[in-house]
Amino acid sequence: MAPDGTPDLKVVGTRPIRPDGVDKVTGRAQFGADFQLPGQLVGKVLRSPHAHARIRSIDTSKAEAIPGVKAVMTAADMPEITSEEAFVGEGPADFKDMSGNTMARDKALYDGHAVAAVAATSAAAADAALAAIEVDYEVLPHVIDVEDAMVEGAPVLHDDMFTSGVDPKPATPSNVAKRMVFELGDVDAAFEKADIVIERKYKTAPVHQGYIEPHACVAQYAADGQVQIYCSSQGQFMVRAYVAKLLGIDISEIRVTPLEIGGGFGGKTLVYLEPLAVVLSRKSGRPVKMAMTREEVFRGSGPTSGGTVWVKIGAKRDGTIVAGDAVLKFQAGAYAGSPVGPGCMTAFAVYDLQDVRITGYDVVTNRPKVAAYRAPGAPISNFGVESAVDELARELDMDPVELRLKNAAKKGTKAAYGPTFGDIGCVETLEAVKNHPNYNVPLGPNQGRGVAAGFWFNIGGESSATVNINEDGTAVVATGNPDIGGSRASMAMMAAEVLGIDVERVRPIVADTSSVGYCFLTGGSRVTFATGMAVVEASKSAVNELKARAAKTWDIPVDAVEWEDGRAVPAGSNAGDFEPLSLEDLAAKSGRTGGPIAATSSLNAQGAGPGFGTHLVDVEVDRETGHVKVLRYLATQDAGRAIHPSYVEGQIQGGAVQGIGWALNEEYIYDDKGRLENPGFLDYRIPVASDLPMIDTVVVEVPNPRHPYGARGVGEVPIVPPMAAMANAIQDAIGIRMTELPMSPPKVRKAVDEQAAAEE
Amino acid sequence: MYAPSFAAPTTVAEAVQLLANASGVARVLAGGTDLLVQLRSGILKPDLIVDTKRIPELRTITTEGGGYRIGASVSGAEAGEHATLSRDWPGIVEAVELIGSTQIQGRASFVGNLCNASPAADSVPALVAAGATVVIAGPNGEREVPVEEVPTGPGSTSLAKGEMVVAVKLPPKPARTGDAYLRFIPRTEMDIAVVGAGVCVTLDEGGTCTAAKVSLGAVAPTVLVVPDAAAALIGNKLDDAALAALDAAARAACKPIDDKRGTIEYRTKVAGVLARRAAATAFKRAGA
Ligand SMILES: Cc1cc2nc3c(=O)[nH]c(=O)nc-3n(C[C@H](O)[C@H](O)[C@H](O)COP(=O)(O)OP(=O)(O)OC[C@H]3O[C@@H](n4cnc5c(N)ncnc54)[C@H](O)[C@@H]3O)c2cc1C
Repeated sequence: MAPDGTPDLKVVGTRPIRPDGVDKVTGRAQFGADFQLPGQLVGKVLRSPHAHARIRSIDTSKAEAIPGVKAVMTAADMPEITSEEAFVGEGPADFKDMSGNTMARDKALYDGHAVAAVAATSAAAADAALAAIEVDYEVLPHVIDVEDAMVEGAPVLHDDMFTSGVDPKPATPSNVAKRMVFELGDVDAAFEKADIVIERKYKTAPVHQGYIEPHACVAQYAADGQVQIYCSSQGQFMVRAYVAKLLGIDISEIRVTPLEIGGGFGGKTLVYLEPLAVVLSRKSGRPVKMAMTREEVFRGSGPTSGGTVWVKIGAKRDGTIVAGDAVLKFQAGAYAGSPVGPGCMTAFAVYDLQDVRITGYDVVTNRPKVAAYRAPGAPISNFGVESAVDELARELDMDPVELRLKNAAKKGTKAAYGPTFGDIGCVETLEAVKNHPNYNVPLGPNQGRGVAAGFWFNIGGESSATVNINEDGTAVVATGNPDIGGSRASMAMMAAEVLGIDVERVRPIVADTSSVGYCFLTGGSRVTFATGMAVVEASKSAVNELKARAAKTWDIPVDAVEWEDGRAVPAGSNAGDFEPLSLEDLAAKSGRTGGPIAATSSLNAQGAGPGFGTHLVDVEVDRETGHVKVLRYLATQDAGRAIHPSYVEGQIQGGAVQGIGWALNEEYIYDDKGRLENPGFLDYRIPVASDLPMIDTVVVEVPNPRHPYGARGVGEVPIVPPMAAMANAIQDAIGIRMTELPMSPPKVRKAVDEQAAAEE
Repeated sequence: MYAPSFAAPTTVAEAVQLLANASGVARVLAGGTDLLVQLRSGILKPDLIVDTKRIPELRTITTEGGGYRIGASVSGAEAGEHATLSRDWPGIVEAVELIGSTQIQGRASFVGNLCNASPAADSVPALVAAGATVVIAGPNGEREVPVEEVPTGPGSTSLAKGEMVVAVKLPPKPARTGDAYLRFIPRTEMDIAVVGAGVCVTLDEGGTCTAAKVSLGAVAPTVLVVPDAAAALIGNKLDDAALAALDAAARAACKPIDDKRGTIEYRTKVAGVLARRAAATAFKRAGA
């Protein structure tokens, strides 16, 4: 035991080489677009060129007549689905909407909305078929901006959308799907007690997850109705469930084999191509492969919401925050279901407040339906709240870290969304920032420093794992979660820890839907926590079985056997005097002691530890061009317990970098017809390596008591604070409060000019 | 199915003959970093592609009477590695080296950059400021024109059918001459210039500018030569007044468009900023 009471661990906390590393760096790993089946056709999607249009008719006859074209489909080839709530990764959605989003039925609701699809023997024939499909559109007025969509008289996307959560229920349809309020205490009364009140509105732009691998799949519909799907996604079981639902197929008829995933960040918690490929395969009798181009990824798949965040906070002169109020308006894209709920719930979660209220609106606009993106919703509300807290610190002339420390959530804090926090590391991440050398580096002219803290729930949920002990004493660990952030390594490490063997002797695999028990998707920062728990449980069962085999061999009771360092040993001298039996010995003899040794665990993991992080950034602003250079970046985060510290650091660095892109340059540019003008990485500017300094990380470990090794999810927290941290740093550098993202060079330069004009 | 013809001649004469006799659209292929992208996206479907990388004289940099002759297919990386080119014309080399990434650098040429005729081409303002010319070969022999006379609008050039560029020529560099090129992009690389500014100055012994040429990219349909900006420098040292006049002249010359890469207002302001900054570097390089 270590002095702090945590068990001594041999594997957890070390940094072995990742089991999937060699395949990935040598190019052997099979990603979505790499997979082939003999005889496969090329499937392609026809997309709406209009932001909002009624589809009067679709004539596919000319396309079908083109040589090589084997199938053409429209929404008419998919069952009409009735409204039913679907749990999609990290946000609500409806199966009817999901069906409509994969293939437009009566209306095209955004530029890039799928309206038809074809399968042909060559890409050229498929392209010719797309060109030959005749869609008769009635172009309708469209709306892109969230607040424009809320005004009376705005073009209405869905004539059956009546705002829920308002009393009385509206009589006329609108683009506001839902209103929600989270409230604690008496906010209005609490503001009366404040000496200082900060009130301001902020705005963020929708941003894409920017995964490098476009969506891709191969589907085969056999003559007996069995469906095989090979695809990259954040969950093979999610793909299976959604395809079954959208096409009315029994789950037992579908087998989904996960391929490597080249990034998802939440954007692959949905299906786009898979149902279409299955329908095209059914119609053609051939396997169908579909892969999006980058342009299709931008036009047709979901970014996260953009939104407005109105924030009001009140504080005492001594820095005690007494009240918080916020109104969030998130655009959901073409169908209801923005992450405004989690946006509300996380908004003030970093703070210990008695009186707080958050109101949220979920609003549809003529843009691609949003999808989850790391900590969905939280970065948007955090940008507003953490900018406002920085303004408060300036008003109070108080160090921004001290102000946060004074008000930080801790064990026992009741959050506005309901729960009371247990062991959390919010204060620890703030102190880690204060103790880091970056906190005291002197700054030059036009340089500034900003800080922001963030929160994400993390989730647990359903997971399964199988541990097979091989004849030579090695082991295979099978789970059902695609490996996005190095989870194979973590699973192998946790199994090795329990089995007491070298991690190299454990081979982790990501199994298909028919080969392992159900696993909820890879999202919500859940896999190391929840699937890891299943791996630990299954490994423990395997150890119990190994002990039983030793007991049988020695002919002693099983509770007289202990497992130490990968060997069965008698539990003390009373148990008898036997030579230890290693895992290898027991595995070799398993045929004679009762047969193969294997164990599974299926569970619903509860108690995912909430995650907190604090970021500190130094920037330099070129006042003449508006360019913001990131000089230094520090991210501290509570990981509970870092199973593989390199991958925890990698998650933190990746989140910070995506946040920097969100802060500085990423945005969708639409023309006046609502067509996307920048569907590519040239003009949709995610950061490139040379834009960034090293992202320094400090991993704080406040163990999560609910996980066998104390792990918390780590993948989402790091994208929450960067935008506010950057805005706060820019304010510090040039004395200008940027309230709107992205803080791109033209906007910064404009703000500088306005400041100069105001000073004259 | 689209299937263009492809030829890879080894002499200029052959290349010109192929281009002149082609039916339909013919295109020269140098590094291909523009052409292949356009083929892939379907913007362009030439009937004939003539690869010029097998023509030895198009692949070399030679010195001529104190100046340089850069073969039309020389890549950015080759220009950067040349023993003296970046010492003599650092602005030109830094401009071509801004193009793309290491991978792109292995292919991308000055002439491809010029003949692609993008208003935002990075090496072009630098070549223009330095007073570079191009040698054009065609069915009727060779002609030599200033670089700025090649592009006539976005995607179009003054080259006639059958003509191709064989080399870029840089004049002998006068004493106390310095050049510089700067571009603005929102990121640090892999982007298209929002504004580019090339400045070349010659100074007298006292540091006063005696000759200057200022060129701007991405603020008009073609690269701009800005005589008023040059006039703001000539007769002056690098002082605040001269720089302010330069900034104003650069801004006045801009005729940019509003598009996804920049607004008119922003491009215009930044053109002035970059002209000033490039001028400061050019003066320094000239020995000020
Ligand atoms: C990832 C990437 C990044 C890029 N970044 C930049 C950048 O930062 N700045 C920038 O300015 N450009 C950039 N480009 C564009 C491109 O790389 C440059 O314009 C490059 O200089 C083109 O040279 P090339 O030799 O590859 O031309 P090619 O593609 O071979 O040719 C370009 C055009 O010129 C014509 N041409 C070529 N040689 C001749 C000749 N001898 N005579 C007549 N016509 C000829 C071709 O027919 C074609 O129309 C980038 C491109 C990519 C793919």
